[in-house]
Amino acid sequence: MGGLTPKYVLRRLGMWILTIWLGATIIFIIPRLAPGDPVSSMVSRMLNQAGYVENAGQMIEAWRARFGLDGPWYTQYFNYLRSVLTFDLGFSLASFPSRVDDMVLQALPWTLGLLTISTLISFVMGNLIGALMAWRRTPGWARNLLPFSLTFTSIPFFMLGILLIYVFAFGLRWFPPSGAYNSTNTIGWNWPFIKDVIYFGTLPAFSIVVTSMGFWALGMRGMMITNDGEDYMILAEAKGLPPSRVFWSYGMRNSILPQITALALNLGAIAGGATLVEYIFAYPGMGYLLYLGIVTNDYTLIQGIVFLLIMGTATAVLILDLLYPLIDPRITYGKG
Amino acid sequence: MTVSMTHTVGSDGAKNGSDVVLDVRNLKVYYATPTGNVRAVDDVSFQVYDSEIVGLVGESGCGKTTTAMAILRLVQPPGRITGGQILLDGIDLATIQGADLRDVRWNKMALIPQGAMNSLNPVMRIHKQIADAIQTHEGRKPAKELKERIINLLATVGLPSRVYSMYPHELSGGMKQRACIAMAIALHPAIVIADEPTSALDVVVQRVVGETLLDVKERLGVSMIVIGHDMGLMAQLVDRLAVMYAGRMVEISPVETVFDEPLHPYTQLLIESIPSIKERKPLKLTEGLTHDLRNPPPGCIFQLRCPHVTDICREVNPPMRELRTRHFVACHLYE
Repeated sequence: MGGLTPKYVLRRLGMWILTIWLGATIIFIIPRLAPGDPVSSMVSRMLNQAGYVENAGQMIEAWRARFGLDGPWYTQYFNYLRSVLTFDLGFSLASFPSRVDDMVLQALPWTLGLLTISTLISFVMGNLIGALMAWRRTPGWARNLLPFSLTFTSIPFFMLGILLIYVFAFGLRWFPPSGAYNSTNTIGWNWPFIKDVIYFGTLPAFSIVVTSMGFWALGMRGMMITNDGEDYMILAEAKGLPPSRVFWSYGMRNSILPQITALALNLGAIAGGATLVEYIFAYPGMGYLLYLGIVTNDYTLIQGIVFLLIMGTATAVLILDLLYPLIDPRITYGKG
Repeated sequence: MTVSMTHTVGSDGAKNGSDVVLDVRNLKVYYATPTGNVRAVDDVSFQVYDSEIVGLVGESGCGKTTTAMAILRLVQPPGRITGGQILLDGIDLATIQGADLRDVRWNKMALIPQGAMNSLNPVMRIHKQIADAIQTHEGRKPAKELKERIINLLATVGLPSRVYSMYPHELSGGMKQRACIAMAIALHPAIVIADEPTSALDVVVQRVVGETLLDVKERLGVSMIVIGHDMGLMAQLVDRLAVMYAGRMVEISPVETVFDEPLHPYTQLLIESIPSIKERKPLKLTEGLTHDLRNPPPGCIFQLRCPHVTDICREVNPPMRELRTRHFVACHLYE
């Protein structure tokens, strides 16, 4: 029982490193299980496309060095681990001589911005809707209206995205159909650019919020209903507490706990981007980059993005583990 | 914690039926079902006097908890109070609503919930939950004054001051139940209702909680209704015993009288069924045979299980009559 001990933090950190190491190892093994040599197949494909590739020799050298394909597997493995540790994700196969690190660093802020904000909005709105749907004191009109807000959940978000582009971009011309900002603005912390980002981000964010809200709402509704039968809810009412106090401090406060676990996992997976939404809106984020990587057989790019995804999820779980005892006093730092 | 469990009843003058604190008149609580109303509480009347403990007993489903929940106005839909009055300090609890109802809650009537497991909010410290009740009704208080008051309350029920900043899961079952008692008396309510306060606890802790209840009653002069089916505990704890069967009150009497000379056949069977270590006796009270609560038979409610049933029992519902001093019974046998 008690506070955050060095032992606990060390053990969690150990788990974090172990997870990332395991993930990195799996990414290392899988391409090697596939038949064929990625370097030669890539070079021949590029030669087919372009007829002649400048610096082809240098490229092959770089790839050989990157993968160490000439060395034994353990040399390859340790070289790989070393480069992963230094965040050296190597060259992109499809758009050489761009480096994967640079491509990822360019795409990451867009995805983080779009998805963090829309996930948080969706989390807050979904949980509120779910809680109100389950709450006995919710006025009748709201109780009848709330389920309609979840209708969109059953529409796949790429379908909704196409619909939104059709209505709001081509029909009403309220929002731009694609992209993330107007290229006439300079990128940076200036008001026209920020306004631009919000303007371009509205439709993709809306399609994510509206279609993912239901997930939170249904989970919350179930938790609230279970919670409502607990004795402490009856006691809270018997104490004569104002309904809002019972709703927030006794109802929501207890029902939100499992939702927070799901939120952490969701936030961790953000690094992977929302592929379909970003593709439809041509949003220059990680999802779009991943899509490009897949269609161009860019193994190093895919590896880099998957590695980031593993890092993100593992880090989110680490943070959750460190914070959870603050949210739920029944979980202590002592165990596990 | 010096009050012993061998508590003698009637020794104290306040219990002679002078000051009525709670007056329940013809209370009816029905649960609406697709096939008709379930009459969970049907025409129940009784009084609770100043500084006395009334025990409410009966088998599961007899309506004792529903009666208590109706008094606290905590009956959940599809149940509702369909008739009668619940008078507390001149207020009819059966009809008040909204903010008026919230004002009365905990100020005048408090609940000690059943069992100890889930009665406290698991993510809130004990002092916060007690402070919640105090500050909702008395407004914001200086932190120091509030803390002193809560620690005093905890001391009243025999809890150490470290409980103040603990979470419910850090307390044992008995400690949780005593924290609930501390919370119940925080605002000096006129009446405290304890719903099977000892049923989830082991025998030693049951005794401690029972003693705590008696002690609190003696010190604060609060009236209580204790619901339960542990007749042994009832015998030691309560001043008067009210026996319910199938939604109706069948007998109310001072506790020693009812144990010496139970009048209603159901009470007789109930008391006979208390196991004894001295002799092995067959269980006379059997399950089943209870009528459908949606459709009670005309006449006496206990006719289907009564060993002394006669023709009149099947036609006329016996009224409550005072057969001995302060000993009421609803039965045709004594006419």
